Parts: sequence; C-alpha cells; structure tokens
Amino acid sequence: MPGSDNDMKNKNLSLFNRNVPGSTAILQESTVGIAGCGGLGSNVAVALVRAGIGSLILVDFDKVEASNLNRQHYFQNDIGKIKVEALAGHLRAINPDINISLRAVKLSHKDTPEIFRKADLLIEAFDNAESKRRLIESWCSAFPGKAIICGSGLGGIGRTNSLMMHSSGNIYFCGDEESDSSMGLCSSRVAIVAGMQVNVAIALLTGSKEK
Amino acid sequence: MITVNNRDKLKWEKSMTVQKVLDEMKYNYSLITATVNGKLIPAKDYGSHILEENSDLIVFHLAHGG
Repeated sequence: MPGSDNDMKNKNLSLFNRNVPGSTAILQESTVGIAGCGGLGSNVAVALVRAGIGSLILVDFDKVEASNLNRQHYFQNDIGKIKVEALAGHLRAINPDINISLRAVKLSHKDTPEIFRKADLLIEAFDNAESKRRLIESWCSAFPGKAIICGSGLGGIGRTNSLMMHSSGNIYFCGDEESDSSMGLCSSRVAIVAGMQVNVAIALLTGSKEK
Repeated sequence: MITVNNRDKLKWEKSMTVQKVLDEMKYNYSLITATVNGKLIPAKDYGSHILEENSDLIVFHLAHGG
C-alpha cells in the first residue's frame, strides 16, 4: 500500500543506491560530532547525511540570521530559529531515518567529552580562532585516539589552489590556514572547505588509505 | 635536527622548547596549534615542552571563519 511504513523504508534505503560500494553500511553505523552549525557545520551536516551517515551530534548555541543565508544551509523561514533545530529539520527532509542529537549550548571545555562521547570523530566548525584552539585541546585531551577535522582559512574569493588538507596524528586541517572572515565569506569557498572536511571524515570512517 | 611542517630544518639544541623553535622560525601568527611527533601540545606548554632530537613539529594556523 503506497505510503505504508515498508514503502517508506524501501524508499529511504534506495537513497544510497549510487553510493561507493561498501561505504553505506559503515557510514550508517557511524556517528559524527559537529561543533558549530554555521557555514562549515551546516554544509558538513548536509553532505554527511547525503553520504549515508547514521548518526550526528549537532552543537550550536546560535539562532539563524538573515546574514547567514549567503553561505549556510538555512532558508528565509528559518530566520530567528535555533540553528540546530532548523538544521535537523532540513537533514530529516533528506533522510528521515537519520539519528540526530541536538545541543543548543555554547560548548565549554568541561562539556566536550560528555556531549561528544559517542562520536567516532569530530568536525570543528567554529567561527572564532581562539574557540577552535580550545576545542582542539579539549578533544585531544579527552579522546586522544579519535580524529578531529578542523576548518581554517576560508575567507575571500577564488584562490582555489590554496585550499589544502594538512594533518598530524589525529588532527586534520582543511583550508588555506591564512584567509579569515574579515575578508568576507563567499558561499563557494566555505562549501569547498566544508566538503573537504567531509571528504576526510568519510575516508577515515571507511578506512580509505588516501585521506 | 628538528623538522618543522615536514619542510624546514633547525639544528637541535639541548633544552629546546616548542616556543624556542617557534621564535627561531619566526612563527608570529597570533593563533596557532602545534603537534610534536603527532601529539598535540597545549598552548600553555609551548614554553616548557622540551623537544627531543629528531622531533617533528607541525604548526597549524588558526584563522577566524566557520
């Protein structure tokens, strides 16, 4: 019968028919934490859900503003809403079976281990550079064996060749590590860096040799 | 020898700290995070963390925007 639970489940499984063979089952069992749901984090979340991730932990204390819409995955009718709640709605519109844990809080050093304890890896998607450093230190202290994938240097326009991935141990950095938000932020450059972070995350989760 | 960012080489000295290498390499970016042999060194320890001979120091630049 059309619209039954079975029909819906079949429809949702077919979402991933074009995935890389062998990746879907692993990603469905994986949990990714996303710290910050702005330009990087919202685009990271969408790409992870489309790729077939099973569970997400979203953390952001902020509300959607009109000025976010030039690069963040929100819409006019999200303005004024809590970001993690608005984003969860968009993610469930892609895959209703996604398991999402939401925390509309300002992340502290103390909270990080508890909030992200179930995450297999963390995407750092904060705006402020000092907050990025504090999060990296908290994560590496609490989970030294788990990866953190950071975004740094995504401001301005063009300079596509300057966007790179640079890593050491379990720390991965995506971006040019130079440009900042004072130059202004353009949707394409922000989305490229978010896409790089997701690319690294999926490679790590699926055990791909080339990150 | 100390290797910085898989590229630059600096002669190792006894009691050499992360901060000393950063100063000698003129890493004057206001916000960085650093690893030694793949392990994160908290910023508060740059002045006290002693590097062993043949250490690999990696410096990441932190830029605003996310």
